[in-house]
Amino acid sequence: MKIAITSTGNTPESSLDSRFGRCSYFVIYDTELKSTEYIPNPNKESLEGAGIASAKFVASRGVEKVVSGEFGFKVKELFDSLKIELIIIKEEKKPVTEIIGLLNKNL
Amino acid sequence: MRIAIASGKGGTGKTLISTNLFYVLKETGNDVTLADCDAEEPNSAAFFNCIKLSAKEVVQKTPVIDQNLCTYCGKCEEYCSYNAIFLVKERKLIKVMEDLCHGCGACSYACTYGAITEKENSLGEVIRFNHPSDLDTGRDSLIVEGRMRIGAYTPVPIIKAAVREAGTGVRESGTGNKGVINEAFVILDSPPGTSCPFIHTVSSADFVLLVTEPTPFGVSDLKISVSILRKLNKPFAVIVNRAGLGSRDVYDYLSKENIRLAMEIPFDREIAGIYSEGGIVAAKKDDLRKKFEKLAYSITEQKFNN
Repeated sequence: MKIAITSTGNTPESSLDSRFGRCSYFVIYDTELKSTEYIPNPNKESLEGAGIASAKFVASRGVEKVVSGEFGFKVKELFDSLKIELIIIKEEKKPVTEIIGLLNKNL
Repeated sequence: MRIAIASGKGGTGKTLISTNLFYVLKETGNDVTLADCDAEEPNSAAFFNCIKLSAKEVVQKTPVIDQNLCTYCGKCEEYCSYNAIFLVKERKLIKVMEDLCHGCGACSYACTYGAITEKENSLGEVIRFNHPSDLDTGRDSLIVEGRMRIGAYTPVPIIKAAVREAGTGVRESGTGNKGVINEAFVILDSPPGTSCPFIHTVSSADFVLLVTEPTPFGVSDLKISVSILRKLNKPFAVIVNRAGLGSRDVYDYLSKENIRLAMEIPFDREIAGIYSEGGIVAAKKDDLRKKFEKLAYSITEQKFNN
């Protein structure tokens, strides 16, 4: 299963980006391969609809879960219709590596 | 001539200036229309005991996608500049995000499968009011108001419609005898801020009056407004409201940038009181009437346009 995590940087030590649509990086974590891929968010500076474009971006990569600090209401609806699960983490400085650890523990 | 009354900061006194300038221009015999472009919360008409004449709905076309005809080719999404089409090819999911749609029609043009039709969504309305003093003279609408539907995503199409409406039935200048003021004026009461609603209001104006106050926020937002008006090549002057409050920073900025100070309105509880009761200060206070008459004179005689 693939999971997207919004990140402020492109290293495992980077912390969670609390914004979904305009996060700096998407981390695509594959739970079977235990692989991580860091992709810069092309919609970070988008004038309008960054959330929609980012939802499309992660959904087309086949993720089944998305982890971020918060999601807008338009995006929530779209993920619902795609049956993609949203996980909200409110600890702002949490490093990506710790989030991956938690995801592995809860599998 | 179209004069926009604008400000970066909200609550600086745009409507105070617009309604009083309208009043004084009318009182001095000018043909003037007031257009309230603050479509998210219009209230200029509330200052006059006016009669509603008509209301026109402002609609926007949004695409409707027929999932049976759609091949998920992605061309419509590629043509959309506003991320208003959500497409996940792999999941065969396509959705129109109506809130993000600007109604440009590019997606319908892009679709070669006939899968996109358009429907009309109401964004709000443009209302024409008659000023009470004109009922007997039979003159046409003198107050135009753009009013956005609650929950509509953008006021811009309503602002454009209100500006258009204010321009209809207005006499063009230059037909009178020399020395006789015979120009039609339109006052555009702009929405606050410096984003699209502001830009669409001021871009149709011949001249802009920026209202500010001598506070740090007032100065900061004035600077942003000035930089935009300079980019748009719009002639403008500044009105300082609540003069006496705060610091001299705004005046230092104006003189450093060589910007004309058109008028000052003192920080005065009595003015605030009259305004908050829906009154016209120029009708109730002689000193304010003189100030607005001077401002109106500068406008009618085009003193600002050099």
